[in-house]
Amino acid sequence: MTAASTQTASTQTDALVIDGVEFGSRLIMGTGGAPSLDGLGAALLASGTELTTVAMRRYTPTETGSLFQLLVDHGIRVLPNTAGCFTAKDAVMTAELAREALETDWVKLEVIADEHTLLPDAVELVDATEKLVDRGFKVFAYTNDDPVLALRLENLGATAVMPLGAPIGTGLGILNPHNIELIVSRASVPVVLDAGIGTASDAALAMELGCDAVLLATAVTRAQNPVQMGEAFKHAVIAGRLAKQAGRIPRREHALASSAMEGRAEFL
Amino acid sequence: MNIKLNGADHTLSDDASVTTLVTHITGRTLDTKGQAADGRKIGVAVARNSEVVPRSQWAATALAEGDELEIVTAVQGG
Repeated sequence: MTAASTQTASTQTDALVIDGVEFGSRLIMGTGGAPSLDGLGAALLASGTELTTVAMRRYTPTETGSLFQLLVDHGIRVLPNTAGCFTAKDAVMTAELAREALETDWVKLEVIADEHTLLPDAVELVDATEKLVDRGFKVFAYTNDDPVLALRLENLGATAVMPLGAPIGTGLGILNPHNIELIVSRASVPVVLDAGIGTASDAALAMELGCDAVLLATAVTRAQNPVQMGEAFKHAVIAGRLAKQAGRIPRREHALASSAMEGRAEFL
Repeated sequence: MNIKLNGADHTLSDDASVTTLVTHITGRTLDTKGQAADGRKIGVAVARNSEVVPRSQWAATALAEGDELEIVTAVQGG
């Protein structure tokens, strides 16, 4: 699982493990919004991602090049999603098709309530998670930033929970950092911050809050320079992870001098 | 026979199987297990009348007049 990337010693020993599979990169990429397959490939490589989501849609013979083949060629593991599904029934059918087409039982479960908000429909999400786990799927559940729902999904057998930072495509960042921290503190499966990321500092914050990984697409694919932004996110995720592990200083009400007052020179 | 493929009308020979259809649409030759003969992943799945047909069953699954087929693949998204 090595998409071309250079890593420091500190990150090499800190693999992300999901369902027994190790990843050197904690950046999971989506592929939506890229204007061309070539440009997308370059951005994915720059991001260093080793796991990337795809959607399932009707096959069209006129397609130039295959996204699946592009990912296979770059050694990037594919994570099919159920984007566009509004019901558990549709999501299960889409997951079954993805398992057949891509020969993986991993699925990013997305069951949205409406096209305006694209927010997860909690009731259908719970129902679909239960059904897919029963059918042997490894469910990566895209969920609201709701600590109660996240824990419930884990208890139903989700392999990873993926709370949103903000609605899909908004780039608003992490609207409720407290909830994300709470989800992380109670989870025993990987927590992936998914959706709403706008720029590199948002991804760094997600990692500082304790998330195991970050998933984003639009922030890179629709950036003015997707390759450069992909690289920015690669570093942001590493920086956030290191900062979390290093232990930040406590916040203080008042200033605290870092230079000693003793031994100052005296001036007339 | 006439079937629906991805929502559009389609005509196939009367003895067509799922393998016949997938070969016709993708231009790839398939082995009896539903894998591409060129060794590269074919990356498509087939649903017949809203039931997934596992690739191992493609060759053995004969199509019938009026069947509704969906062939899907991975595209950019998420």
